[in-house]
Parts: sequence; structure tokens; C-alpha cells
Amino acid sequence: MFLSRLTKELVQFEEKIDSWEKAIERASNPLIENGSIDESYVKAMIENVKNFGPYIVLMPKVAMPHARPEDGVKKTGISLLVVKEKVLFEIDKSANLFLVLAAEDATNHLTLLQEISDFLSKEENIEALLSATNYEEFLQNHRGN
Amino acid sequence: MKILAVCGNGLGTSFMLSLNVNKALKELNIDGDCKNMDLASAKTEQADYYIGSPEIMDQLNDGNKKTIRVVNMVNLNEIKDALKAHILEG
Repeated sequence: MFLSRLTKELVQFEEKIDSWEKAIERASNPLIENGSIDESYVKAMIENVKNFGPYIVLMPKVAMPHARPEDGVKKTGISLLVVKEKVLFEIDKSANLFLVLAAEDATNHLTLLQEISDFLSKEENIEALLSATNYEEFLQNHRGN
Repeated sequence: MKILAVCGNGLGTSFMLSLNVNKALKELNIDGDCKNMDLASAKTEQADYYIGSPEIMDQLNDGNKKTIRVVNMVNLNEIKDALKAHILEG
């Protein structure tokens, strides 16, 4: 289950972040702290958006920053930043949720992506995150649904 | 039928999209298979259709490729509608 992977120390809540670059950096912090990724992975995720545009915005309100395993992934992990005020990208796109994906190899993260996809496809999960100001509130909202 | 889900590096976004496209193909009874690929490789890879976010499809389209634009990669209904419009009615 996806929620069991998204433990308290991996989820951060913020009112406002000035730029999408800062949002990706901030969202990545728990993965740097727990040794899942190197700083180089954060730079690679930002470079990807600069090179290809904000295609990491998977759906309205949700971005999934990621780069290649060889860009600095030490072990597979995810982290989440919830920003109350939407963060703008260059081309007409924005996001409130930044779900950082770090995958150790390109083929073995199928289950994880399937779980993320199932989680995000339920609007009530997005709402439970956006209406919370901390992890406990999110769990409460989530249970309430 | 061969469909390619495309994103910048061919891993996260396109992988997730390909999972949902395959689900949608099955539900629509379309005989096809969707694989994922990075933008640079997809430019020279032959496929019946290419699917991905609007900005990636714009970068891919050389005038000879059939592209399908998807805004919400996890919304099965949107993906089904897009496939229906392009493949079944296209």
C-alpha cells in the first residue's frame, strides 16, 4: 500500500514556495537525509524540467519530479511536499503537490508507480493532502473519506 | 498496434502513463501494446501512435507522427476518451 511507504518524515507541508526549483529542492530533502539520493539527483530533476518542459506535472495540481537512476539514486524512495499556494512552472502549468520519485533501476519500480497512480487517481486523496497542514491532519482527513 | 508513451527521460511519467494506456486499451478491446520511451529515442522509433503530455508531443511531432495529448496521466477516463477519439474514430 502506497500510504505505508509515505511515512511522516517523508512528507512536508508549506504555505508558499517561491519557485518550482525551490519546491523540488525542498521536496527532496527527506530523501537526501535518509540516504536515498545524492545532491546530483536534485540537480538532474531540475535540469530535466528545463530541458523538456514541465512534463512532470502528471495531472492538475500534481508534479512528480524524477530523473534517471544513474543521476544519483542510492536506493528507491519517494518523498512529498504539499504547498498550499500553487507553484508556477514556465508554461501555463502549476502544482501544489511535489512527489519526488527516486528509482534504483529503470524497470523495477513498476509496482511503486502503479501504487502512486492508483493513489493519485482518487481525487479524495489529493483533497486530504491539500486540506491538511501536517501529517496527522492528512491521516485524519484520509480516514474520514 | 504499437503505441509509445513518451516523456523526457522515458522513466517515471511515461512509465506511469503506459500502465494506464495498457489498462485503457484492454477495456476498449483495442488490440495494442504500449511501451514507454524517452523523447530523444522516440524521435527515431516507429510506432502507430505516440502519447504523452502536450509539451512533449509538441517536441516530438515532425508532421509525420500521430500524436495523442494527455493532460491527466492517471485519469483512465481521459485516456480512454483520447484513445477512442484518435484510434477508433480517427
